[in-house]
Parts: sequence; C-alpha cells; structure tokens
Amino acid sequence: MTRQMTGAKMVVQALRDQGVDTVFGYPGGAVLPIYDEIFQQNDIQHILVRHEQGAVHMAEGYARSTGKPGVVLVTSGPGATNAVTGLTDALMDSIPLVVLTGQVPTFMIGSDAFQEADTVGITRPCTKHNWLVKETEKLSKTIHEAFHVATAGRPGPVLVDIPKDVQFASADYQPKPSANTRHYQPQVKGDMEMIEDLVEAIETAKKPIFYTGGGVINSGPAASQLLRELVEATGFPITSTLMGLGAYPASGKNWLGMLGMHGLYEANLAMHGCDVMINLGARFDDRITGRIDAFSPDSRKAHVDIDPSSINKVVKTDIPIVGDIAHVLEDVLALWKSRGRKINREAISKWWKQIEEWKTVDCLSYKGSDTVIKPQYALQRLEELTKGMDRYITTEVGQHQMWAAQYLGFEDPNRWMTSGGLGTMGYGFPASIGVQQAHKDALVINVAGEASWLMNMQELGTATQFNLPVKQFILNNERLGMVRQWQQLLHGERYSQSWSESLPDFVKLAEAFGCKGISISDPADLDDAIMDMIKYDGPVVFDCMVEKHENCFPMIPSGAPHNKMLLGDDNATNAIAGKGAVLV
Amino acid sequence: MSALKIKKGSSKHSAYNLRPNFSDVTETHTIAVLVENEPGVLARVIGLFSGRGYNIESLTVAEVDHQGHLSRITIVTKGTPQVIEQIKAQLGRIVPVRKVNDLTVEGPSVERELALFKVEGSGEKRVEALRLADIFRAQVVDSTLESFVFQLTGTPDKIDAFADLMRPLGLIEVARTGVAALARGA
Repeated sequence: MTRQMTGAKMVVQALRDQGVDTVFGYPGGAVLPIYDEIFQQNDIQHILVRHEQGAVHMAEGYARSTGKPGVVLVTSGPGATNAVTGLTDALMDSIPLVVLTGQVPTFMIGSDAFQEADTVGITRPCTKHNWLVKETEKLSKTIHEAFHVATAGRPGPVLVDIPKDVQFASADYQPKPSANTRHYQPQVKGDMEMIEDLVEAIETAKKPIFYTGGGVINSGPAASQLLRELVEATGFPITSTLMGLGAYPASGKNWLGMLGMHGLYEANLAMHGCDVMINLGARFDDRITGRIDAFSPDSRKAHVDIDPSSINKVVKTDIPIVGDIAHVLEDVLALWKSRGRKINREAISKWWKQIEEWKTVDCLSYKGSDTVIKPQYALQRLEELTKGMDRYITTEVGQHQMWAAQYLGFEDPNRWMTSGGLGTMGYGFPASIGVQQAHKDALVINVAGEASWLMNMQELGTATQFNLPVKQFILNNERLGMVRQWQQLLHGERYSQSWSESLPDFVKLAEAFGCKGISISDPADLDDAIMDMIKYDGPVVFDCMVEKHENCFPMIPSGAPHNKMLLGDDNATNAIAGKGAVLV
Repeated sequence: MSALKIKKGSSKHSAYNLRPNFSDVTETHTIAVLVENEPGVLARVIGLFSGRGYNIESLTVAEVDHQGHLSRITIVTKGTPQVIEQIKAQLGRIVPVRKVNDLTVEGPSVERELALFKVEGSGEKRVEALRLADIFRAQVVDSTLESFVFQLTGTPDKIDAFADLMRPLGLIEVARTGVAALARGA
C-alpha cells in the first residue's frame, strides 16, 4: 500500500519510520517545506542549534552515547558547508550520522543561485556516501537507504541533499523495506580458518596483549560483553585506544590503561614487548604506533576489523580477520573453549610480573600543589566525586583531553565521547548537549580547555533553551596547552600565538546565556565547587583556573618508538638535547 | 628489492598471500571496477585516487550493462604491492562499487587500447607513414592530400611504439581511449 505525499512530508515520515526521536538542525530558505512539516507533528523533537557545526557534533554525541544514528537537518549553501567539519569528524571516528541538507530547486542547480553550493561535491570525500535526490519518487527510498549505509559495516556519516522543488512535489511514499535488498552488505562473519589461527596464537602466546579500539564499541554492547568474557577467561592484559575506552572496564584487573602517544607506560611497553598482539577494532593510528619500523618488532599480529581497507594499511598483519567484532569474538570464544581453554599459564604469569614491574614506574604521578590547581588533580577529584554516577564524559581536544583519558575511569561502552581521528577543537560542548538530549537524567560533563570550548560556545543558548543541564568542566590555563607543550619541547620555547588573550569572564558569560557560572582557582575549594556543579539543575560553566605550564606526560615524541617515552619534564628537557629519552 | 617473505601461518590459506605484501618494488596493475552507474560515481573513484595520493596511468569508463545500469571502470595504476592492496580495499568500500578485480594478479588477461593519430606530410614521409601504418595494421580513417588519420588498436606498448615511429614523420595529434581489459578464458 502506498501513500501520496509531498517530499517534505516524506522526510518526516521516513525519519519516523526509522525510529528517529531527535533532529538537530537549523532552518533556512531551502529547507522551509521540511520545517513546515516538523512544525505540524510531535513525534520528533527538533533541537534548534546556534551553528550548523554544533548540530553535527550534537548528533555525534547522540549517536555515540546511544549506538543509534544521529540526524541533522540544515539548509543549503552555508548550512551545508558549516556541517563539513562535523561530517569529517564523524567519518574519521566512524560515527553513524544521517545529514539532510536543503538544496536550491533542481532547475536552478548550477546557476550560482542564492545559497547554492555543490553540497554533494563538497561532502563527497567527507561522507561515507551521499545522494542528491532529483525526483520526489526516489526520496523516501533514498532516506531509508541512507540509514542503512550509515549504520551497516563500518559506520559513518551520510548526506542526502534535497532540492526545494523535490520537497514541494508529491509522489508515492515507500515504507522502510523489511528485507534489505541493497547491494551494500559488508561481511560480518570472520573467516573460520583465520579464527583458528587466532585461537592457536592465544593458546601458545607467552606475552600476549589485547589492543582494542572504537570498533568494539561500534559493534554494540554484545562485543563489549564478549571481550570481557574472553579477557577474564584468558587472563591476558588489555589496553585500548582513545576511541575504545569503556569497552573493557577501567576497574577490571587486566586493564593496563590507554596506550599511544599519551598512553600509560605499562601499556606502551607491553605493546612493544609482546609476542602476540590481538588488535580488535583499532586501526594502528599514528598516535598509537609511533615510529612504524620500531612498532612492536617481535610480535605476531592479529587484526580483526570490519573494514578490509584497515587491514595491512600501516602495519603488516599476520592473522587478518575481516568481520564484526561481536561475531568474530563469539566464534573465537566458542572455538577456544571447545579446544580445551588452553593458555600458556606459566609464561603468562611471568609476563604479568614484568608488567607489574613497569607499573611501579607510576607514570601518571605528578607534582602536587597547595596553591594552584593541577589539571591532573582537578580530574582526579572529578573522578572521585562522580564515579559510580550515571555519568557521560565528552571532551574537547588538547591536553585536557589526554588527561581526561588518563585520569577518568570508564566502566561501560558509549560513556566516553571524544574527537579522536580528526581532533576537532569545539567538538565537546555540542557533543555533550547531544548526549544529554539522549540521556535526560544522566550527569553529562564536557571536560574542556578554555580555547577549544570557545570555538562553539554559542551553543550555551541551545543548552539553556532546551533545559539540557550539561556541565562544562573547563581546565583554564589561558594557553593553547598542547600547542604550547610542543613549542616548549620542539620549538625552543618560542610560544608563537599559543596564548589565550582577552578571555571572557566565564561566569558572566554563563549568566548572560541564563546558565550558572562557577569560577575557582584554590585547590581547597575544588571539591565543594564540583559538588555545586553536579547538584545544580541546569547547564553550568565551570571555570577552573589551573597551572598554566603543566605538560602532559607520559609522551612518546612524534617519530619515536614506544620504548622511548618521556615520563616528565626532567627527561623531556634532555630529550630535546638528543640524549635523555628513557630507554628501557 | 626485498625478498619474498612467508610468515608462518600466512601461506596455508591461499597462494594469494604468497605475494610479498610489503615489498617496495613498484608494480603496474590493471584493475577493473564494476560500479552502479549513478551520478558522481566516477568522481568518487577519481577522488579516492587524488585524495589518497595514488597514481592513475590510464582510466576508461563506460556503461556496460544498460539494463542493470552498471559501468565498468578500467584503471591502470602503479604502486608497491601494499599500495595496490590498499587501492583495491579502498575501491571496494565505495558504496556503489559492486566488484573489484585485479586483472594483473588474477590470471592472464587481454588489454587493448584504441588510438587515433593525425600525421601531416607529403612526398617520401607520407609514403613511409602509410607503409608503417600497414605494418602495424593501422587503418586510415581520414585522408586529405597533406594528412592522414590512422586508427590503431593494440596494447599500450604497441601504441607507444607506433607513436614513436610517426613522430619524425609528421605526427601532430594523438587521441587515446585508455585501456580496456578482460580476463582470458571463461
């Protein structure tokens, strides 16, 4: 049974059929017919943003915290171009988004019409796929297809460009197909022979390590459950990328902490020294590997990834498995159990002894202070006072992001939203709004630096309007901290343009938008101030003045291997002189 | 040139894995890509090559199945084995791409290209051009008193060779289609 309706009505109907409850958007000339339909219904809530970039990051926050695709609606031209950063961010971090853009009417396309841009051309390299819909007959089918492509296989952002005349014209609505006939059907089940190889490697490994990434989280809750089961059963140590935090609980006994450029000493050393590396849904990013030719030189590497192009892209893999993490882990577990749950117990316990020794380095220690708030201390207190709560964390990009990853513990997947691949300053605040919209009663905190946060601060208006009580935990060092750190370590302490001049009074700024502002600089006030922030029923801007020249350690300098980590300012100074990098 | 390295466990599944994946020798491969003929699909393929810094030596495209709206893109590209594998994997994940075949590794294939040559001249040179065209089995498809247009079909090498010979004889313009290729046998 088909129904005739306008293209604009189809859009809303298709979203409803896809189970969408929230759309983040901003109206404009080329999407007015769709906004007219949104006005006349109550099933889908529209969150009016203050800038289209904010809309896309909100949708990302929504998607990452729920596992459902985030939906964005913006107008043609500047509406679409403002969405580009968010699309690229979502592509790099494999976040499912469906972005709908208005377009000038088909008969005006190519005439340099008002607010015309070649949206599908501009967004082709920053979406998983995109469509320009020129006939209303194809609109509903295309939107359903868009949801399928965004979520199937390796998730990613898609965009549907809808000219205004297509929104006005009428055609038959095609409901969501029950069976998916599309040709795009990525492989989810891993090759059994390769899985057998992996099980064999697990059985014989002497110094194994699980190296997990965002793929475990994207695969869904079952993947995290199976991962936990496998890790507990084998007793192998586990580390994770920035993207994968929470798949295995931070309180788990096999947890080594995050790895990579600012990862933990024991995690990086274990990666360097392992004999079997089991990569689950991570992609050997350059922040992880450091110098490629010195990356984990003596290990056999297994790599499970749903995207065949991730395998052998940067690091040669001995056991490549293309498939969905949950499907593959299920097969691995079943096979390993049926073969008698074998592991090399003696070697593994020796391996753990070595790891425990590395742990004694206590790489996250820092010099405390009674007079200024150390950023690490601020995060430790935040962790202490909020752990156990129904808590979601987003971050901006920079030092604070790395400290948050180091000092906050994540017990479950989908609780940690950060811009990993693209490293988008300005991501965290709108993302926190998207998360809060999806989890109204949860505590949503954006750990931010003042410079990143200012990039999308206009969204304070959105938080106030929709009564979304997000907490903006700003570690304010009046610097672009990570840039400053690199300038100190690599550019002779010439701090070119890395000062935050003319900062606003964050308390007044918050109040001007109808939010609560808190400003503190004394470590003694920190706990009370954090509790005030948590208890306040509304958005809070928490301006925490911290030590200005604190550096983020441990650090693997760019181009160095894992075993040449810098642990603190002392050996960092020497590293610049070319001698003192820590060799283990 | 790095030796063929066979790691334990990598060879028992298929001979495909026997190729030295991380060798630094540049190879030329002909890749056939079957795509749904929708707007922008060629831009996606070309954008992939430019965006990720791969080479395109030659590229041909035309719809080969009008009912199924399928086009075949034949790309000749150069790179190390690792880059070639990446190119194929990256092509494979473009949504409207149905099939990617590496004709260079998947057994013998035939490659043909068509070219048109405009050669200007008179007297001895004109006679020589015609004579060489005959040897190469090129056809004359246009003729004036001062010029010929030759049509030649063959492998890219053969076309290069013919162009080299025609250059001193008054070659003024060449048009080439790029390579079309098919695997041999059924």
